[in-house]
Amino acid sequence: MATPLKRVRGLGAAHHGTETFWRQRLTAVANVPLVIFLIWFVVRNAGASYNDVKACLASPVVAVLMLALIWSGAIHMRIGLREIIEDYLHNKLCKTASLMLATFFAALVGIASTLAIVKISFGG
Amino acid sequence: MTNKLEAERPLSPHLQIYRPMLTMMMSIAHRITGAGLAVGFALLTWWLVAISIGPNAYAYVQDFFGSLLGRALLFAFTWALIHHMLGGIRHLIWDTGAGLDKQTIEIFALATIIGSIVLTVLVWIIGYYAMGGL
Repeated sequence: MATPLKRVRGLGAAHHGTETFWRQRLTAVANVPLVIFLIWFVVRNAGASYNDVKACLASPVVAVLMLALIWSGAIHMRIGLREIIEDYLHNKLCKTASLMLATFFAALVGIASTLAIVKISFGG
Repeated sequence: MTNKLEAERPLSPHLQIYRPMLTMMMSIAHRITGAGLAVGFALLTWWLVAISIGPNAYAYVQDFFGSLLGRALLFAFTWALIHHMLGGIRHLIWDTGAGLDKQTIEIFALATIIGSIVLTVLVWIIGYYAMGGL
């Protein structure tokens, strides 16, 4: 075979191959039912009292689905935000800083939401 | 030297050259709704954290969401979420290689716009009904 090995492996310039592309699709598929669940949950709890919403969130099924949504959503959001930044920001410093911020933001909302769900689940 | 070469390189026509088309607007809308959902995610986080803090924090968030600005944000969030979801399903269908002919693409675009508006209004009607507001 005359083809250079790096091309055969198909890992591209960033050496990550189609990993990001695939992860975006994987989380997209997961997000469809999870987003429908979120809409159902919010509509169901529209105008509900504090204790009712808290009790509903403390139910294991709701908590698991909510955690799945938060994690899948945060990963999907990080990929999407980075894609936009990579396409439109060309100043090296500005681009790098924005890419970092996108990850920090996804991590922040992900960690904060996770802690909230866990705290509510354990009755806090 | 390299700078000179870069400057003389022929450039492909950019966005402002083309007549706006529905499918092109849908592609832009998918990005804009996606970026907007980051704000929505922050709102969801705020809501969850407030519930985990206590009744006072929850009451504060509910007051904000009940205000005109809060409701406008939530309505925009609902539409962006549904639009991005339908647009995403469209992309997943394309990933299989199906639905890429000119006519289907136009149908998908229209279905995403109409579907997202109808579903958003429906969700809010059900929401208000559940609250006893209708």
